Amino acid sequence: MAISKKIKELQERREKLLLGGGEQAIEKQKALGKRTARERIMALLDEGSFNEYDLFVEHDARDFDMYKKSLPSDGVLIGSGTIYGAPVAIFAQDFTVAGGSLGLMHSRKITKIMDHALKMRIPLIGINDSGGARIQEGVNSLAGYGEIFFRNTLSSGVIPQISVILGPCAGGAVYSPALTDFVFVVDNISKMFITGPEVIKTVLGEEISMEDLGGAKVHSEITGNAHFFASSEDECFEQIKKLITFIPWHNGQKARMFEPAEPNPDFSIEKIVPDDPTLPYDVKNVIRAVVDNSDFFEIMEHYARNMVIGFGRMGGRTTGFVANQPLEMAGVLDVDSSDKAARFIRYCDAFNIPIITFVDVPGYLPGADQEHAGVIRHGAKVLYAYSEASVPKITVILRKAYGGGYIAMSSRHLRADFVFAWPSAEIAVMGPEGAANIIFRKEIMSSDDPDGTRKKKVEEYKEKFANPYVAASRGYVDAVIEPSETRKFLMHSITVSENKVIQMPEKKHGLPPF
Amino acid sequence: MGVLNIDTSLYKTRISGKFSNRKPYKAPDPHSVQSFIPGTVLEILVYTGQNVRKGDDLMILDAMKMQNLLKCPMDGKVKKILVKKGDKVTKGMVLLELEWLKESLHK
Repeated sequence: MAISKKIKELQERREKLLLGGGEQAIEKQKALGKRTARERIMALLDEGSFNEYDLFVEHDARDFDMYKKSLPSDGVLIGSGTIYGAPVAIFAQDFTVAGGSLGLMHSRKITKIMDHALKMRIPLIGINDSGGARIQEGVNSLAGYGEIFFRNTLSSGVIPQISVILGPCAGGAVYSPALTDFVFVVDNISKMFITGPEVIKTVLGEEISMEDLGGAKVHSEITGNAHFFASSEDECFEQIKKLITFIPWHNGQKARMFEPAEPNPDFSIEKIVPDDPTLPYDVKNVIRAVVDNSDFFEIMEHYARNMVIGFGRMGGRTTGFVANQPLEMAGVLDVDSSDKAARFIRYCDAFNIPIITFVDVPGYLPGADQEHAGVIRHGAKVLYAYSEASVPKITVILRKAYGGGYIAMSSRHLRADFVFAWPSAEIAVMGPEGAANIIFRKEIMSSDDPDGTRKKKVEEYKEKFANPYVAASRGYVDAVIEPSETRKFLMHSITVSENKVIQMPEKKHGLPPF
Repeated sequence: MGVLNIDTSLYKTRISGKFSNRKPYKAPDPHSVQSFIPGTVLEILVYTGQNVRKGDDLMILDAMKMQNLLKCPMDGKVKKILVKKGDKVTKGMVLLELEWLKESLHK
């Protein structure tokens, strides 16, 4: 055969496979408002950068007449490419081929690209759109899942791992995204659950729709399984691209530097926090007032909103932000917000991203539901994560820092490198009302006018202790600064901690309170 | 001893208290506005019969040393206010009932 003929044969073979499960199946996919696996990869990666591997892979299942069936590329595409020039490894399950079901060869393609990503130290992006295990392949498909989960764990904290849920992701399959760093979901398209609505109905007699059980909103607002919510696939891809600009390729380097830029002066920092300590405000505006371009990229925007986490840049350098949000639930620490913050702190630590913490916390949310949900165990995660983190840690106490909340929110005692406080800071063992009631109990009780005495004592306590100067007098606060000086102090702290070195005791691994 | 159905197989087993006492799933109802935090009603900003829009402030709850705003979950009309100023409320307690209003009334 002449070489030109051979090339033509290759082209024909490719052409056939590019259609995946065929035109009918593609139409069905589009009718659901979904793109095909190939279109998704093209939309996400830099134009012309996708190098595909294993296009010609076929399954080798025999049982249940499977040998009669051909499944193009075995229902998953793998390859590598770039996003804004940064290399990434990618796989995308193809729902048009046998519902994107996972058989042995399908899983081998995924594990091949995962091994590749880990070896080359580049981020891995997985697009999930699959009905689940290919039942005909039996234990082989389970083996496939297990091999994927193992690699997710192995790569964890070494390369960034991103999961994109663009269709169903049910049963065991959900555990791969759960093991990765960031999960992206799209409204009306993403569905994640261990057991579906039908099983729940048969077994428990409870009716629930797929959307209410494991839709994008549920995982963004209630479960915390998803980190980014989008209304369309396009919006989702833009979010992924933006995230890639903030994170390094692997844990042995820092994120790429950008051109430093001043924040937008419209966020006048001295006007954001109200004088009255009982009034709420949006802490995101404090972050916007200090970051480059006022560009704050929030993570888990809709989950545990009383804690704000996300990335911004300080003088061009990626920085992680953790902040109590007085606008929501008074900014308390509770089970969900502790979990959210702790995981993010560990992410930043794993990938060499300094952490800036803004504190305005009244304490822990009281209630039997919180205690029974394990607020002790979950709350401890925050202490663990901050203590363990060896990246630069800078804390700014804006207003309230009471009790356990003060300790947990990156205090000096957990080895924050720099602790600053605004003049409005109230750093004390507990709120003035509670403290006065305990300390002056006898005086209040024995007074002719208990209410009057209580008020007087509360005022006294406020005057003496609800300020930053007691903590500053012990050196727990390094500097009391004017709000307008915040960016200057933060920028300088980031610069001087560029080469921070600390020694931790040697261990196999710690035992965080998971 | 009880029976548990996993993957349509029935297993004889002991059933945990947590499982048998669980509350069946109920879809959230925007008509009854619940307290999201345990605290005290500091201010009621609406009256019975008032037309309200999604996102309007309904009440201020004093909790965790903070004046927390309770937002309206839907467009409608205040049907009933179940608490008064100064009441202590628990998390999840129904504070206010709304009724759906024909859209034309808002225009």
